[in-house]
Amino acid sequence: MTEEKKEISPYRERAKDQGTYATKPTAWTRFMRIFFPYQLWRFLVINIKMLRMISKGHH
Amino acid sequence: MSRLVVLGAGISGHTAAAFAKRWLGSDHEVVVISPLPHYNWVPSNIWVGIGLMKPKKVIVPLAPVYRRHGIIFKQGKALSIHPEGGEGEKKPFVEMEWTAEGKVGTREKVSYDYLINATGPRLKFGATPGLGPDQFTSSVCAEDHAFETSKRVDEMTERMRRGERQRIIVGTGHGSCTCQGAAFEYIVNLEFELRKRGVRDKAEILWLSNEYELGDFGMNGLHLKRGGYITPSKIFTESLFAERGIDWVKRAHVTEIQKDKLHYKTLDGGEGEEGFDFAMLIPPFSGVGLLAFDKEGKDITDKLFMKNGFLKVDANYEQKPFEEWKASDWPRTYQSPHYKNLFAVGIAFAPPHAISRPRKAPDGTPISPTPPRTGMPSATIGKAVARNVVEMIRGETDHPKHHASMAEMGAACVASAGANPFTGTAASMTVFPIIPDFEKYPEYGRDLGFTFGEIGLAGHWIKILLHHMFLYKAKMRPGWHLIPE
Ligand SMILES: Cc1cc2nc3c(=O)[nH]c(=O)nc-3n(C[C@H](O)[C@H](O)[C@H](O)COP(=O)(O)OP(=O)(O)OC[C@H]3O[C@@H](n4cnc5c(N)ncnc54)[C@H](O)[C@@H]3O)c2cc1C
Repeated sequence: MTEEKKEISPYRERAKDQGTYATKPTAWTRFMRIFFPYQLWRFLVINIKMLRMISKGHH
Repeated sequence: MSRLVVLGAGISGHTAAAFAKRWLGSDHEVVVISPLPHYNWVPSNIWVGIGLMKPKKVIVPLAPVYRRHGIIFKQGKALSIHPEGGEGEKKPFVEMEWTAEGKVGTREKVSYDYLINATGPRLKFGATPGLGPDQFTSSVCAEDHAFETSKRVDEMTERMRRGERQRIIVGTGHGSCTCQGAAFEYIVNLEFELRKRGVRDKAEILWLSNEYELGDFGMNGLHLKRGGYITPSKIFTESLFAERGIDWVKRAHVTEIQKDKLHYKTLDGGEGEEGFDFAMLIPPFSGVGLLAFDKEGKDITDKLFMKNGFLKVDANYEQKPFEEWKASDWPRTYQSPHYKNLFAVGIAFAPPHAISRPRKAPDGTPISPTPPRTGMPSATIGKAVARNVVEMIRGETDHPKHHASMAEMGAACVASAGANPFTGTAASMTVFPIIPDFEKYPEYGRDLGFTFGEIGLAGHWIKILLHHMFLYKAKMRPGWHLIPE
């Protein structure tokens, strides 16, 4: 039944096209995002960056 | 003995009350007035809204916490502020109405020496016909809304398992909304969850928002140094949506929502409609509607509050064009310009202007985000104001000395993009400062050395860590005060 639901909006038509022009991650990037040892390292780095930023803003 | 009254036990008010009591000890009173019996760690409502967490995992009952720490808790909602006293009261007072069982509807005048308004936002679902959990769309702004939303997600999943296609819309339900970050987290978490449930191929997912570009988040976007380029957040957000197969419509003001269809207009004067089976749309925010009266009982609400219901503080509220906005327009002490013992923190203070460039459709409808005040600045402001009030109560100073301008502080934000300890991801971001300062950082308004962002599993672990840390802090367990805001 829902297969015949109609799209009425020209904006939606445009929206469907947008993804084509967007930057997409490579398989390697996607792999590294969840690669455990690398993410352990990033966990450390991000925490340090956030703490550095917090300390900069405290008066 | 002096008495500090805090209105609202959310992220900013609870932080202010907890620190004030810790610093004041038993010599002075801290009273919290808040309508719900619990504190809600709002950021985790996202996970309640996709069915990953039960509401009780994101709340903390307040009465036992406050009892343990000597904070007086009055479960009710503030109705009006009387900063000069009146009606037979010499001292300033707040009129409240109890909501606790057995006392519902009872009114009480609570006098104060210092008052912190931390009442957060009113969720203005009424701004768009058909918007809201009592109408045709879902919400994750409160934990009970989020729980109802998770049930709708389950029902939708069942329909997809039966082979039906479902149209999903997530975003903002009005041209003047803020809090795009929450909707962003919800859409990517929902997409991840539908994949996990094996029904993603049956879902058409659309982002619909009032942002000029994706990744604006009400902060005029941000710029990151990545891969040899300085890249706007638009690129990263579009990339994430494209990767996840999410379409988007931006620059949209939703005008009306019906049972299975919404209508909107856009900044270029166009109009559109979208059918949906499930929609989660953030409402616009305003102040909670507190009134104010002088000692003669004259209504002075307009003097203390802006038209949108947020309390005026030490900001520069002069109306001026975007090009003339300055970082120094933003408040530093959050003290009312009219009463030295009155402050507003978190979402309750009136911002001087938006952060994103304001824009209007040809018919004059504003379609651009209003400024967000996220958890970290809200809590930081709450703590700074508590410190000032404590020093003033102790007579160490007669004016606030500690500053917490959003134009001088950064924010860290971890936006969940899928919850799983091995395959989940989150976007971790920091910006400095939150309010762009084009005098200090002429090109981008921000210090790019402190503004960064990346997506990965590590971000998800941080998000989990933050969830547990902040709930621990809210429970005021040993060492709570050492956890940063
Ligand atoms: C779904 C969602 C996800 C979010 N995720 C993040 C995130 O990941 N990171 C982040 O930094 N921020 C996030 N935010 C924003 C964050 O939740 C807010 O910035 C924060 O809650 C603001 O704190 P507050 O104390 O001003 O208001 P609130 O936390 O809303 O607290 C307001 C309090 O006032 C009480 N109150 C209301 N009316 C009255 C009255 N008349 N009298 C007395 N008390 C009253 C309320 O019951 C409540 O206790 C998110 C927001 C939402 C909606």
